[in-house]
Amino acid sequence: MNARGLRALSIATVASIAAGLAMVFFYAPEEASQGFLQKIFYVHVPLAIVCLCGFMAGGLMAIQHLRSGESRWDLRSYVAIHMSLIFGVGVLISGSIWAEGSWGHWWVWSSPTLVSFLIIFLLYATYQPLRFSIEDPERQARYASVFAIAAGAFVPLSYTAVQMSSSYVHPRVLGPTYDNLPGSMMLTFLVMLVGFSLLFVSLWKLEIAAKQARWQLRSLRRRLTDEPERPRRRSAAPSLEAPMPRSGPALPQPATSTAALAAGGERAIGAGAGAGAGAGATAQRQIA
Amino acid sequence: MSASEPALVSAPAVAPALAPPARRVGLLAATAAIMRKEMRVELRTLESVPGMALFAVSTFVVFHFALNRTSVSGSLAAGILWVTLLFAAMLAVNRLFVADAEQGGFDALLLAPVDRSALLLAKAGSLLVYLVALEVVALPAFALLLLGTSLGPGLGELIGVVALADVGLAVIGTFVAALAVRTRARDLIGPLIALPLLVPIAIGASRGTAPLLAAHAGTVQVRWLLLLGLYDLVFGLIAYAVFDFLLED
Repeated sequence: MNARGLRALSIATVASIAAGLAMVFFYAPEEASQGFLQKIFYVHVPLAIVCLCGFMAGGLMAIQHLRSGESRWDLRSYVAIHMSLIFGVGVLISGSIWAEGSWGHWWVWSSPTLVSFLIIFLLYATYQPLRFSIEDPERQARYASVFAIAAGAFVPLSYTAVQMSSSYVHPRVLGPTYDNLPGSMMLTFLVMLVGFSLLFVSLWKLEIAAKQARWQLRSLRRRLTDEPERPRRRSAAPSLEAPMPRSGPALPQPATSTAALAAGGERAIGAGAGAGAGAGATAQRQIA
Repeated sequence: MSASEPALVSAPAVAPALAPPARRVGLLAATAAIMRKEMRVELRTLESVPGMALFAVSTFVVFHFALNRTSVSGSLAAGILWVTLLFAAMLAVNRLFVADAEQGGFDALLLAPVDRSALLLAKAGSLLVYLVALEVVALPAFALLLLGTSLGPGLGELIGVVALADVGLAVIGTFVAALAVRTRARDLIGPLIALPLLVPIAIGASRGTAPLLAAHAGTVQVRWLLLLGLYDLVFGLIAYAVFDFLLED
């Protein structure tokens, strides 16, 4: 089950974020020029790093999905991008607050980091509409993975392009001048980074576990009530019906149960159709 | 139907004896064949290029009234030019694969013993031809209607920037068109995905052309050419790597 380890992970998340926040307010020194306002750095930058890593992790999981064809990888990629989008909203809001506080404007075009983040966010904002507008679940998963791979590669590319295009006026707390942070600020920043990474991973696992539990509940209920399968409602979320039998030691299903038989039959039919199509293609080739 | 079935079944049995072994058509030959088909379809239907050119000219007129200016130069001119070209390119991107999706072109390609990348190459090549045709109309129209300075001195460099930007537009446009064509809202999804992906192209192209369109014409900075070239290359490789998965049906 995916929920394994979730409790320990949640405790670690709460502990590290609590410790991080305590360090932000009581341990890290106030920055000379920006004063108290600079504290938002400890939220904004870790959020942004975790969010971008989440986008790229979604791309890697999508590669795994296309290679293996297992829809659980599609679910993982979907949830990673979904979570990163939520984190991304947090990045844009905290970035705007920081910009208003230190430059007096809610939005600053001269900050390449913020601008490239916005472009990446706008690109990923089309991920859910793309999924939603493809009805066939198999095709939806495949196209979404293709999108996730291209968009994941776009993340570093857009950063380079926007960095090249702008003059460097952003207060570069991170990046080339990474090592001029005093030790106490660096330590606080790292604790917050760990905290937000753990938060991302716990939320990611939680959503996957919740989705799987919901699907298991639904299939069990169907088995109990013998009601016919309702047509799938159109949704941007991946369909979980395919990976259920594959998820290893999830449910000890009795071999005589109709659901297991049906699933097995379906797979057999699918394999047969695949083989048929393959044979057809070979025949075509030979005719040609 | 039933009369034709035995023939279909027995064909493979006799084919190996009579016909030479199945020959795979080379990638370039397949690409050329598909591109010839594309060009012929475009010449017969004229559904992309004239619309794009007319759209570009109308947009220049709209810019004239919206900005209330008789002439523009420098980065403003470069911005107007590239926004217009990007949006005109969207028109072709939106219908690039529509005929193939609706009239069985994809199925035919999957049945044919050719590399699927041929479709990507041919479509990107066709889109490139459309874009060049568009610019042959749009650049003189822009110079005539809006540009305050002469295009003459920096024409060679302008063509270089335009060519690099066109390659990127063609690659990304083809990739996005293939991604969006099977969706229900393809006219919406296509541009929504394409525009963020084209931002680096817009940056490189407009920053690159700005000095060429300025009152005192300058030269292109090499880094914009480098940005465009690298982006074309990287996205070309990405599109090549994942394109096959868009056709697996």
